[in-house]
Amino acid sequence: MESPADTPELVTFSNVAFRHSLMPASNDVVRDLNFGIRDGEFVCVVGPSGCGKTTVLNLLAGFERPTAGSILISGTSLQGPGADRGVVFQGDASLYHWLSAIENVELGLKIARVPHAECRRRAMEFLQLVGLKGEEDKLPAQLSGGMKQRVNIARALAGQARIMLMDEPFGQLDAQTRVTLQDELSQIWARTKRTIFFVTHDIAEAVSLADRIIVMRRGPRSNVRDIITCDLARPRDRGDAAFGRLYNLVSRAIANEPGLLPRYDA
Amino acid sequence: MTRVDATPLNDEVRPVRRPESFSKFVRVLKTALAILGGVLVWQFTSTVLVSNILFPTPGATFQEALRMAANGELFSDAGASLARIAVGFVIGSAIGVMLGLAAGYFEIARLAVGPYLQFFRFVPPIAWISPAIIWFGIGETSKIFIIVYGTVFVVALSTIAGVTSVHKDKIRAAMMFGATNWQIFAMVIVPSTVYHSLTGMRLAMGIAFMTVVAAEMLGAESGLGYLILSSRLWMATDRIFVGIIVLGLLGLLTDRILSALIERFAAKYRGYS
Repeated sequence: MESPADTPELVTFSNVAFRHSLMPASNDVVRDLNFGIRDGEFVCVVGPSGCGKTTVLNLLAGFERPTAGSILISGTSLQGPGADRGVVFQGDASLYHWLSAIENVELGLKIARVPHAECRRRAMEFLQLVGLKGEEDKLPAQLSGGMKQRVNIARALAGQARIMLMDEPFGQLDAQTRVTLQDELSQIWARTKRTIFFVTHDIAEAVSLADRIIVMRRGPRSNVRDIITCDLARPRDRGDAAFGRLYNLVSRAIANEPGLLPRYDA
Repeated sequence: MTRVDATPLNDEVRPVRRPESFSKFVRVLKTALAILGGVLVWQFTSTVLVSNILFPTPGATFQEALRMAANGELFSDAGASLARIAVGFVIGSAIGVMLGLAAGYFEIARLAVGPYLQFFRFVPPIAWISPAIIWFGIGETSKIFIIVYGTVFVVALSTIAGVTSVHKDKIRAAMMFGATNWQIFAMVIVPSTVYHSLTGMRLAMGIAFMTVVAAEMLGAESGLGYLILSSRLWMATDRIFVGIIVLGLLGLLTDRILSALIERFAAKYRGYS
């Protein structure tokens, strides 16, 4: 297997700043933000609460525009949302509650003008991939929290975007379901060879999933504090000593953010 | 092996489960008792507290209702009111939904229509009865016009509330597939808003009942409002009571039908919070 360092950068953030409109420059959510994501890489972003993790994701998704700097995807400047990026949202509010699981996945494909028969086939394929075969005709209200997030993942995967953007997708799930979905996501990532940009506040989650972990500074004017390489073999064992060492490394990096209490979860 | 025996505890805690049909029976029984209580209070009032010429007894009212049903006048008056409500409600709801969707989603429509919605919201339908009669006469048109007016605002305002409460992630999820504004409108905004519009329509139905009675009192030759007002001239309080009770029953029935239809055909649009 080739080393990830050999592959070119797919996404490049250079000197990116963002602030909400009408806010003074001192309220920049992020400033001088620089990092890259390589093709096929699994990158997790962690950082103290309110550090702008979700903002970075929204910038990359094209939902927000940087106030300074540039974001390049394969060398071209990013212009709004696009089919090359698929987003898995935080909660089930993003699902269409009047549509069944399969119709939720199909809607995006319909918008993307995928032919009708192909829509159904592909939606079914990805629902199967996330383990929802047999549940495809249920409405979101009839599905458990974990299943709803699977629909969310299937919807983003079905668009066949190269880059998957995931905003704390498992944050609202119970611990058991969370671990199950993390393992499944690792397998899906390995099988589909997508690039994943994954925002989380859960360090164990980041260490079990990521190739590299971006640790952000405390906001406002946040940016990258550390980038920690996670070169543990997959599948990863959460009880492993190397896992524990990485966990502590990330944990200390976050805890060392000035003025911060040792606790930093949401 | 250690036996973990939690069963007796569970059995203690678990409430006695009654069959579904039984609890439904209890519910019906409670409602029936409440109605019976009301009728008794009415009976007491009309026989002991006040003269039953001013306040007819339940029995006398019921007899009068039977008589009016037998000679058909009850049905023709109730039918006239219901027809006006139905026509006005359908037209008003259609306009209200379209107006609400447009004003909720399209900036230009919001700028154009918003101030008028906010302004006329405070002008009650009955304020329009006089001009409506001058413009359209005392025929059907003036009544329907007023019901349309009353319906439009309620439906439009709840539709707008629906549009503005669509979660931004629903819109973003469509945007990531390259949806145009029109696609977002048709595929996300409209279905997200359906339930709000329907709720507005249920409210509007109540307003339509109020409005039609007022309109029929001020200028009509048929309808329940006309029945109630004209009966005053001969002090026929029993006929007035019949009119009032029929109004209440019809309103209740209409609302029940409407909500049953919503549950039957639109439950999936309700969502969850």
